[in-house]
Amino acid sequence: MGNVTEQVLQQIVNGLSLGSIYALVALGYTMVYGIIKLINFAHGDVMMVGAYAGWFATTTLHLSFIPALLIAMVVSAILGVLIERIAYKPLRNATRIASLITAIGVSFFLEYGGMLVVSPQMRTYPPVFPDTIWNVGGIIIKYGDIVMILTSIILMILLHVIVKYSKIGKAMRAVSFDNEAALLMGINVNNTISATFAIGSALAAAAGVLMGVYFNTINPLMGIIPGLKAFVAAVLGGIGIIPGAMVGGFFLGLTESFVSGLGASTWRDAVAFLILILVLIIKPSGLFGKNIREKV
Amino acid sequence: MRRMFSIATAALLSLALVTGCGATGGQKSAEVIKVGGNLELSGGAAAFGQYAEKAIKLAFDQQNAKGGVLGKQLEYVSADNKSDPGESTVASTKLATQNKVVAILGPMTSGNTLAAVQVVTDSKVPLITPTGTSDNVTFENGKVKPWIFRACFIDPFQGQVAANFATDTLKAKTAALFIDQKGDYSKGLATSFKENFERSGGKIVEEEQYVAGSDLDFRATLVRIKASNPDVVFVPGYYQEVGLIVKQAREMEMKQTFMGGDGWGSPQLVDVAGAAALENTYYVNHGAMDDPGMTQFIKDFKEKYSSEPDTFAALGYDTANLLIKAIENAGGTESENLRSALENMKGFQGISGELNVDPATHNPVKSAAILQFKDGKSVFMTKVNPK
Repeated sequence: MGNVTEQVLQQIVNGLSLGSIYALVALGYTMVYGIIKLINFAHGDVMMVGAYAGWFATTTLHLSFIPALLIAMVVSAILGVLIERIAYKPLRNATRIASLITAIGVSFFLEYGGMLVVSPQMRTYPPVFPDTIWNVGGIIIKYGDIVMILTSIILMILLHVIVKYSKIGKAMRAVSFDNEAALLMGINVNNTISATFAIGSALAAAAGVLMGVYFNTINPLMGIIPGLKAFVAAVLGGIGIIPGAMVGGFFLGLTESFVSGLGASTWRDAVAFLILILVLIIKPSGLFGKNIREKV
Repeated sequence: MRRMFSIATAALLSLALVTGCGATGGQKSAEVIKVGGNLELSGGAAAFGQYAEKAIKLAFDQQNAKGGVLGKQLEYVSADNKSDPGESTVASTKLATQNKVVAILGPMTSGNTLAAVQVVTDSKVPLITPTGTSDNVTFENGKVKPWIFRACFIDPFQGQVAANFATDTLKAKTAALFIDQKGDYSKGLATSFKENFERSGGKIVEEEQYVAGSDLDFRATLVRIKASNPDVVFVPGYYQEVGLIVKQAREMEMKQTFMGGDGWGSPQLVDVAGAAALENTYYVNHGAMDDPGMTQFIKDFKEKYSSEPDTFAALGYDTANLLIKAIENAGGTESENLRSALENMKGFQGISGELNVDPATHNPVKSAAILQFKDGKSVFMTKVNPK
C-alpha cells in the first residue's frame, strides 16, 4: 500500500502550504487582539487589499515577486494604521461590542468599496513563479509550495525577532500586558498600537499575495473565508498568543487537507468550525493559552 | 392643531405623489416598452451576466435604430442579482412591481432563475432565461411553469451529449465526477452524464464534491480522484472553479481528459487555468464562436464594446431577439398574449441556431456543439442535433 503513504505525504504538503496562509493571517488577528482586545474582522479584507496591491504591482508595474510582495505589505500596513486611527481609536474606551461592530462595518466597507473601485469580477495574476514541479517518489511539490512555506516561515521568524528583541516589540508586549502601566512608564501607547496594526496588516498582505500567486485568482470578496478560517486558527492556538497563531494555522491547514483526503471534502468547513467549538468548550484559552482569571 | 396640520400636509403630499406618478407613467407606457434584465452583474457568475447584458443592449439598440417594435422604442432596465438566489428574487420583484416591465430577461444560472419563478408567476411577467439549463427551470412535477421560458437546451441533453462523446469518440471506459455541492446546475448535469455513461457500459469510479464560491484549494480531493485513475474526469462547474481544478490537476500530473458543460464557456477560464493545462479538455456548449452564423454579431459587438463576445453574449442576444419576435407576433405587450406568443414560437432564427419552443415543456429544441481547447482557444469540433 505504498499508494496510501504517498497520498498521506501529498496531503501533508498540501496542508502545510494552505496552513501557512492561515498562519500568516492568524498572526494579525492575534496581535491586534493581544494589544487592544479587539477582534479585527476587517483583517481578511486587508489581506484582499494586499492581494490587489500585489496584483497591480505585477501586472501594471511588471515587478517580480519580492518587490511586489514588499509593495503590497507597505500598502496594507498603511491601510491598517489608517483603519485603526480612523475607525478604532475613537472607540478605544467604548464598549467592546461597539468596536466589534465597527470592525464588521470596516470589513463591509472594504469588500463593497473594493467592488466599486476594482469591479467585482475576478482578476488573474500573471505567472510569477516558474512552473517547476518536483516529483519526489510520487509526491508532487510545486515551486509555489516551497515559496509559500519559506516566505511564511521567514516572516514568522522576523516577527518573533521583532517582538522579542526590538524596542517596539518590548513596547508591544508592555502595552499588551498592562496598557495604563505602560503609559505611566513613558511608552507611547498610540504609536505602539499603530505599529501592531502595521505589522499585522503587512503579514496579511503577504498572505494575500501568496494566495493570489498560488491560486491565480483574486476578487474583492476573497478575504472572507480565509479571514474566518484564520480567526479559527488564532482561537485554536490561543488568541493573543503569537506562537499559538502559527501552530493553529498549520494545524487547521493539515486538518482540512486530511478531511478532504478521506473523501469528506464537503465536511471540511464543518470540521474546521467543529474544532473551534470543541476548543472553546474544552480549553477556552486555546492550545497555548494559560488559564488566567480575568480581573473583575 | 399641529396634528391636524401634519395630517393635511401628508394627505396633500401623497395626493401629489399619486397624480405625479399617474401622469408620467401613462405617458411613458405609450412610447416605450420596458424590458427588465435580472442578471449576474457581480459575484461568482458575473462574467456571464455582464456579457449577456452587453448583447441585450446591442440587440435593443439595433431594433430601436430600425424604428423599434410596433412603432415603440425598447427601454432596458437593469437589475443586478449579485449571482445570489436571494438577490435574484429581490431584483425580479423590483422589476415587476416598481419598474413595471413587460418581460424579464435573465438570470443566467438555473439556481437564480428558480429563485425568480414565484415572483414573476404572481405578477404575470414572462421571464426568459438565456442560459438556465437545469430541467426543472420551466417544467417540474409534470407541470409546465406558464411564465418561464428559456433560449437554451436543457441539462439532461447536455449531459447526454457529453456522455456519448466520452464513450463514442474518446472511447472512455471509466469516469470520475467532480460536482459543485450547492449547484442545481452541476448536480443536474452530473446525474444525466452518469445515467448515459453507465447505460453505454461505462463505469463511474469516483464521485467527489466541492463548494463553489469558497473553495480555492482542490488538491486534497484531486489526490483521491487521481488514485482512482479514471479515463475521463467530468467537471460540470463554472469557469472560476473549473479553471482552478484543471490547473491544480495538471500540476499534480493528472493527464486525464477533463470534460464539462456550458459553464466552461468563458475566456476567463483560460486566464485561470493557463493554455497548457487546458490541452486535452472538451466541453459542450450552445454554439461555437467560429460558426459562420455568428460573424455579423461578433463584428457588431466588437464595434460597440471593443471586446470579443462569448457564447453567453450570443445567447443573451438571441434571448433579446426572441422577445422582440414574440412581441411582434403577439401584436402588443399584453402579458397573456405575450406569454402565448412565446409558448408557440416556431422557427426562430437565432445566431446560435434555429429554435422551436415545445409548448408542453417550454424547452427549446436546438442543437449543441462540442468544443475542444487548443493553445488556449476553444475550437469547434462537432455539432450534435437533438433526437
